[in-house]
Order: sequence, then structure tokens, then C-alpha cells
Amino acid sequence: MVVNSVHWFRKCLRLHDNPALQEALNGADAVRCVYILDPFFAGAANVGINRWRFLLEALEDLDSSLKKLNSRLFVVRGQPTDVFPRLFKEWNVTRLTFEYDPEPYGKERDGAIIKLAQEFGVETIVRNSHTLYNLDRIIEMNNNSPPLTFKRFQTIVSRLELPRRPLPPITQQQMDKCHTKIEDNHDQLYSIPSLEELGFRTDGLPLAVWHGGESQALDRLGKHLDKKVWVTSLEHSRVKTCSLYASPTGLSPYLRFGCLSCRVLYYNLRELYMKVRKRCTPPLSLFGQLLWREFFYTAATNNPNFDRMDGNPICVQIPWDQNPEALAKWAEGRTGFPWIDAIMTQLRQEGWIHHLARHAVACFLTRGDLWISWESGMKVFEELLLDADWSVNAGSWMWLSCSAFFQQFFHCYCPVGFGRRTDPTGDYIRHYIPILKDYPNRYIYEPWNAPESLQKAANCVVGVDYPKPMINHAESSRLNIERMKQVYQQLSHYRGLSLLASVPTIQEEAEPPMTDESQTSSGPDSPQRVPANTEEDVCYEAPDSSTVCPSSTSAPHPDQEYQAPCISSGCHTDPSHPPSLSSIQGHSPPLKSKPCSPSSSCSSQSSSLGTKRKGLSRKVRRGQRQRGRQYCTLTAREEATGQEETMEEDMEQEEERMEEEEETCAETAGQLE
Amino acid sequence: MKRMKGGEEGSDDSSCESPAEVCKKVRNQLSEDSEPHVAESLDCNWARLPQELLLHIFQYLPLLDRAYASQVCRGWNQAFHMPELWRCFEFELNQPASSYLKATHPDLIKQIIKRHSNHLQYVSFKVDSSMESAEAACDILSQLVNCSLKTLGLISTARPSFMEVPKSHFISALTVVFVNSKSLSSLKIDDTPVDDPSLKVLVANNSDTLKLLKMSSCPHVSPAGILCVADQCHGLRELALNYHLLSDELLLALSSEKHVHLEHLRIDVVSENPGQHFHTIKKSSWDAMMRHSPKFNLVMYFFLYEDEFGPFFNEEIPVTHLYFGRSVSKEVLGRVGLHCPRLVELVVCANGLRPLDEELIRIAKHCTQLSAIGLGECEVSCSAFVEFVKMCGRRLSQLSIMEEVLIPDHKYSLDEIHWEVSKHLGRVWFPDMMPTW
Repeated sequence: MVVNSVHWFRKCLRLHDNPALQEALNGADAVRCVYILDPFFAGAANVGINRWRFLLEALEDLDSSLKKLNSRLFVVRGQPTDVFPRLFKEWNVTRLTFEYDPEPYGKERDGAIIKLAQEFGVETIVRNSHTLYNLDRIIEMNNNSPPLTFKRFQTIVSRLELPRRPLPPITQQQMDKCHTKIEDNHDQLYSIPSLEELGFRTDGLPLAVWHGGESQALDRLGKHLDKKVWVTSLEHSRVKTCSLYASPTGLSPYLRFGCLSCRVLYYNLRELYMKVRKRCTPPLSLFGQLLWREFFYTAATNNPNFDRMDGNPICVQIPWDQNPEALAKWAEGRTGFPWIDAIMTQLRQEGWIHHLARHAVACFLTRGDLWISWESGMKVFEELLLDADWSVNAGSWMWLSCSAFFQQFFHCYCPVGFGRRTDPTGDYIRHYIPILKDYPNRYIYEPWNAPESLQKAANCVVGVDYPKPMINHAESSRLNIERMKQVYQQLSHYRGLSLLASVPTIQEEAEPPMTDESQTSSGPDSPQRVPANTEEDVCYEAPDSSTVCPSSTSAPHPDQEYQAPCISSGCHTDPSHPPSLSSIQGHSPPLKSKPCSPSSSCSSQSSSLGTKRKGLSRKVRRGQRQRGRQYCTLTAREEATGQEETMEEDMEQEEERMEEEEETCAETAGQLE
Repeated sequence: MKRMKGGEEGSDDSSCESPAEVCKKVRNQLSEDSEPHVAESLDCNWARLPQELLLHIFQYLPLLDRAYASQVCRGWNQAFHMPELWRCFEFELNQPASSYLKATHPDLIKQIIKRHSNHLQYVSFKVDSSMESAEAACDILSQLVNCSLKTLGLISTARPSFMEVPKSHFISALTVVFVNSKSLSSLKIDDTPVDDPSLKVLVANNSDTLKLLKMSSCPHVSPAGILCVADQCHGLRELALNYHLLSDELLLALSSEKHVHLEHLRIDVVSENPGQHFHTIKKSSWDAMMRHSPKFNLVMYFFLYEDEFGPFFNEEIPVTHLYFGRSVSKEVLGRVGLHCPRLVELVVCANGLRPLDEELIRIAKHCTQLSAIGLGECEVSCSAFVEFVKMCGRRLSQLSIMEEVLIPDHKYSLDEIHWEVSKHLGRVWFPDMMPTW
């Protein structure tokens, strides 16, 4: 039987380590490599010109590599669901291969195509190569839910077998076996479009700093390893000024488009490390960036709402502001803070910024200063940032805005101090905001504080030539830390005075996660087991972690100790921390471990608590309760609870019942009379 | 346990009947019923659930579900409107254009004002950053003429929008509550244009009951205004305000004999313009405070430029929780180590480029209550950090350090430090990480 393969390129724009492409070639009589794009939507999509340019360059590179193998890339215009039926018939296709796309949108699209192929009797072969690991396996090993902390993720990964070894590039010999005649009109029908065809204006377009393509990626990989920067960076990565600029050894955009296989990078790093370090097994930290990427992919793969706050079970609901003008100032680099503006300018011009720069601008937009939703920032990055993977982009934004993944929120990057710390000379500012080039180092990060005479001498008067700072950072950080505390205290039900304790701890780190060696080892990694001290512990345990919803507006089951907008700060106002309990709990170790197995606590619970349960808020609550108790003992204020008459208690008890409210109920209630 | 407690609470108006007793009552009612054929129908049984049982159940239902249930029959509809269910309410006022959150439906608000305003006791308003929302909150407040609130909270969830409401509008709305309530015990009005005269109204009507007053960043209040509150409200136990309102006189007033023990004092120290000069508080005033309320918590949040710390931490201060929101110098942290013996929590967002080693060791040595520490943009050598943790030991229940803060040295690498620190803490510990992406 004749085998006519079509390999569909999407990401994974490379010939090396491309298992799906290998499958296309395997025993085939003809192979065509296609890339599908819709020029009609290109201009409309939220993807900036730098990203398109990078993609087109990557396609050019792919085409020229295929040319060397006497083949070509077929760029087909249209939508996959329209294109494939046509191609299947025209080319008499029997086999379709492509790389597995772990992102929810991709999974849905691919599902439709696989179904379509079935209808046409076309065999589909899908291979995983965009991530190091099989993400579903990680999820399965974490009790069927994606790990929500990076530490937990690392723990799981350290138990997995090494990633699959990369495959060699496809060879001339392989290609010859399934040679497909290229028509003379190939360039008319299947050429790679130009930026103009996609609707972009290219006059005055500055030269690209990052050039797309597999050849470029492999070249950079060589330099990356040659430089061996990483060997020292292993010790401790200190930011140096130069690293704020685009580095000729940077790889992230190439990983994003799959011009470079993450597994190739992984094994190259590993082997180099073992060579230098005399066969030591490399620590996970060696693969830092690769693992972060993997972490966010895992978190996103089954969550179609991963890129938004609403309906996203892992995202804390934060009452962000909507402020289009402020957002535009940020996105266009007109905030009046040179550090922020320089970064946003670099991002717009070049398509890449250092990760610390990302932290700085993301914090500024969200919890640090402007209090604007991370979703807006994510969309701007999606447009401008070459390496913006859907999962990694959304995940990082949630991380940096403290909207998920359980981090402390106290630490806000100062838009002046952090810049000065990172690049004390301010040359980075002068490079991207030339109008400030004559400012002395002292004022380059805060030009508005420079004396007027100096501003005039430097030919840049703040408020005329360069904007005034759009916000008073001291004031906004004061407000925002309170807002974050409000949100997190509601989430964690912590009512004490400690800022740090407002952030819920997640059970997944403290619990012995699975039946494995970690329970028997005696290092500090193994959680201590404490005997179950009260039945209460068992009864409040949250056994399941699959449907979490840390929504600050979500209401718990009335059984839970819940204090809605309590306005008192003292732990004595919390009726759930009576003195008797604090004396019981006060000496219990800070480490939280489960006194009984998940299944038994689960069954004991479901019988008593009913179904309405918000997993995460429950899960975190117990940790808080314990901390709250510790706090009570620490500050030795037991007497308060006893004396406290009904003021706050009343309120809280009331509130815990009254908490839930939805707007629609008003309509219903309105009809009642 | 909680269920029990809720039960006690909920049934306090209708005597403490056990469910068994209530059931008996139901049965009796049913047998006395002159129309037995009606009683046999299941619907009717439900409709005859005694009000106290219904109330108990309703208390466990969210408002939306209660509203649905209230449509079942007349009895349930009556239960829906029972005062017990309307003691506590949180109004959420958001404009679709400026917030991601939903708002309390206007019809519901109308109905609450009409039928339940006299039942309200614990009320909070959450508003987004638009002035319209804050004004709407004031409008509702002005209509709460026949209610007696115990708790009122005005909460800005984004920008401080109450500050944009015309002051007179805000004041008149607020004084409606002050005048009518007479038994306010908790009041949270941070970031609002409250002023001295309105505080006088508060004091005149609620001085016996006021226990909690949070009014950080209320620029229209003067030190004399807050002093008047402290002088008159002897039951005040929690107070939050900005540093410019803090005075020796205020501390002395709060530590007068007539006054109950203060429990929490929260002070925000905010710099309005660089180089601002701050007054000092006498050590003797803090001492008086300590003698009067030896267990009180002093929480201080600093948002100052580095050169504005001159007046602070030169003498012993009974601060328990310290937050430095902006860069703070090594020198100041050194003074903290010397003069804050009661320190429980220390959070430093940023410091210079020189390691904080000696300062941390000094803090570990002198601040024997310290149980929580967070370090942002700072530098600490791994050895000094391990030494610090060793000195504090297991009382450090919160330890949050960015990974970049720790500088590896000859003794410890970054990989080793997590073991070493975990050992001294007696639990698994890792530095905080940020994604490298």
C-alpha cells in the first residue's frame, strides 16, 4: 500500500529531534511538510510584527534546510479545518503526523483534525516533543492534579526517569526514500508570505535583534555551551548589566517556536556538566529555565481558563482596577519611571527582555503600583514577547502578580531602587531612552527629583520632554500591600497581625505526598509525623485537591470556620481560636502532616460535610488555623477570647452565614413581595 | 464543633430547642391539624417546618439559595425575611467599567433598605476605584437612619475612591450612622475624608461602645481630633492611624487609668515628599503605654526614603511588627536590632548592596520574640543567614527570603543552605523563588 505522509509543522520548527516528522518519513512513499497560516487573520491576531518576523524567518530556514534535502516546505493559506480536507484529497494523503500540543486550545484544535482525518481514512501519528516530560504523567504522579508549587514540581520530576533522548536530524537518505516531486509552481502556491502580505507595514522597521530559525538556534546553542557561563551561573546568578541586553547566546525564543528542542538543550547541559564536574549527577537547578517552562505547561495543560482570572480555579480573585489609560502608558513606556519605560521600549523594539526586567514591569503593572489585572499585561507580552508561550506567559504573570502558586506578596520591586540595583550606571536607561542620556547617575532613575537647572542642562525637562511619574510609588505600595493583605487574609482566613502569615501555605508541600521513599528517609525533607491530636484535625482535613478554587469571593460551606470581611486584626476576635485550643495546638510542630490517610479522612468528611466545598480554601485553612493558634500563644493573649463579648464574634458568625451573595439573587428577591 | 456553635448562636432568639424537641413540636402540630388530608401531602409537610428550623437551615444557605427557597411557599418567604438573616451584610459596589467584580444588585439594595435596614448590625461596603461606587455607598449610608450598627467598614478594594467623594457628602452620610447607631463598636474608615468634627459626632454618640477604630490615611483628621477620641472612648482597644496623628499626648491618653488595655496600635509612616521631616515620640510616652498595656501590639509600616529615618529607632520602642515597604539602610536595621526588644515580625522589602550580616545577627540576639522575617531585595551571606536561623531556631515560624538574597560563601552553597536551615527550623524550608523566564 502506498503511504503518502503529510507532516504538519506548528511549533517544533526544526528537523532535529522531531519524532513526529520521523514518523512521517518512516516507510513512506511521499512526504510533504506543511505549515498552515491564515494571512487574513494574521494582521488581526494579537501578535506583533517582531513575532511574525521571527516566525517567517524560522519558516524560511526550515524551507532552505528542506531544499538541501531536495524537498520543500508547503505553506498553505487558510484554516486547518478547511485546508486539510482539500489536501487529503489532492495529495491522496494516508498519514498525518504532527507534534503533540499540550495546551488546551491546541488539544481542542488537534482533536478536531484527528477526527477529520479519521473521516478521510487518514492515519494520524502524534508525538510529544515540545516538553521534556509527558505532562500527564507528572499530573498523575501528583495525585491527578498539577503541582501548584515549583518545589513540589521539582520533587515529582526528580522521581521521573530522564526525558527521552533527542533524535538525530533527518537525513538526506531518509528523505530520498520518500522523495516527492516539487511542482514548478510551488513558489506561487506554497511560498512563505512576506510581512507585507500579512498586512504589516515594514518601512522604517528596525533590523531584527533576534533571527528566527533552526540554524540560528543551533549556532546559539553552540555558543551558549561554549561560553560556559552557566558553569559559573550555577554557583549563583548575579545580574550584570550586560545581561539586561539581548544576549547572542539567549535561547528562549527558539524554544518557544521549537527551533531548538528542549531535550537537546537538556542533554547538552547535562553532558557538559558531567564532563566538567567529573561525572557528578547534575542538580535540578542546572535546568532552571527549562523546568519553569515545564512547570507552567503542566499547570496549564488541563485548564482552558489558565489565561484569565474568571473561572480559573488556580487563580486568586483580586479586585483589579480597569484603567485603559494607565495600561497604555505602561505598554508604551510612558510611565515616567525610566526603569520601567526602558524595559518596555526594549520589549517593543526587540521582542525580548531579561527575566528580572519582566519581574519589574509585571510587578509595576499589577500588585506593585498600577493595580491593573495581570491579564492585560499578559496580552501585551503576547503581542510583543518572542518567547511568549501561552502557558508560560499566563503562568508567569499569575506568579508575578501573586495571583497563584502561593507566594509571599510583601516584596514589591521598586521602580527606582530595583533598577538602580540592577544597573547602577543607568547606561541601560540611556540606551533605550536617549532623551535622558545626559542625566547624571544620581538622577537617571528618578529624573523628576533632579533640580530644574540640571533638567534644563540635560536638555530634558520632566513634564515637557519626558513624562512625570504617573504614580507616587510610596503611596501606591502602601495601598496595594493593604489590598493584597485583604485578599489573602480572606483566602487564608488568617486574622493575626503578621503580614507573612497572611499567605496560605499549601498542603501539598507539607504532606507526605505519595507512598514513596520520602516517608522513610530521615532527612529534613521528610515531614515529621505527628500523632493525630484531636478529632478536629481529622475533620477539617481537606483530602482532595482536584477542584480548587481560591476565589476570594467564593464562599465556603457553613461548617467551615469562616470570617468574611472582618475588620479587626487581632486573633482574639477569631472565635475559631479559643484559648483551650491554642494551648493544645501551641506546642504542635509547625510542620503540618496528615494524621490519617487521604482516603479515610475523605470518607469521614464527605459524610459529614456535604458536597459544597472549595478544595483550596479548605486545604489552606488548616495550616492557617495552626499558625493562628501559634500566634495566639506567642502573644499570650488568651484572656481576650474569654472576655470578648459578642462584638466581633457575632459579626463573624453572622458573616459566615451571610457571606454568599450573588447579584442575580436580587432579581429573585425582588419578585418576592 | 463549629456546627454546634452555629446552632447555639442561631437559635438564641427562639430558645434552645434540640432538634428532637422541635420534631416533637412538629408532630404535635400536625396531629392537632384539623385537615389531616392536607398534612399527608409531602409538600405540606415541608411548608410546615417550624420557623426556627427553617431559620437554622437558611443560615447555612447562601443568599441566592435562600432567595430561591423563598419562592417555594409563603412560610418560606416569611422566613427569608427574618431579621436574624439580615444582621450582617456586605454591599459590593462596582462599576462594570472599572472593576472585574460583580456588584450587589440595586434591587436587592433597595429591598434591604426598605425591609431590613433596621435589622442590619454588621455592615461593610466594598467599593472599586470609581467615585460613583463610593458615592453610591454614601447614598446607602445616608438611608440607614433607623438602624443601629455595631460594625461599619468602608473598604476600597482598588484605589481609595472615598477620597474623591465630595467631603461634605461623605461626612453627612457618615454622621447619619454615628448619630443613629449609638452603639458602634467597630469602625474601619481607612483612606476616607473623615474629619475632626465628624469624629466629635462619633464620640458624642458612641463613646461607650467604640472598641476598634481604623483610620489610616485620613488626611482631614488632626492630632487633636484623634486625641479627642482617645480621651473619650475608654473602651478603645484597636487603633490604626498615620504617624502624623501620633503624639505623646495621644499615647498618654490611651494609657490613662480610665482606659482599657490597648491591644493593637497600627501606625503607617508615609512620606508625602522626599526629605520630609518627622517628629519624634518620647521614650517616656512609650513606657507609659507599656506600663498600661504591657501586651499591646505595635505594628508599624514604613514607606519612607532612606534619608528620612533619622527620627526613628534611636531609642527603645515597643514595636512588635515592622514592615519596611521601601529601601531601608543597614544603619537603620542596625538600630532596629538594638532598640526593638519586642519585635515579632520584620519584613524588609529592600536594602542596599552590602550584606546585612551583622544586622541580622544582632536582631537574632536582641529580638528574642522574633518569629517571622521576610527579606526582599537585600543581600545576606549564607553563613550569616544560617547563623541567624540557628540563633532564632524553631521560633521562626515564618521565614521568607528571596533566593537572590542569599550569597553563597566558603561555608555554604545555595543547595546546601536549604538543608542547613531546614535542620535548624525543624521543618522543610526553601528560599522563595521567582521564575527565570
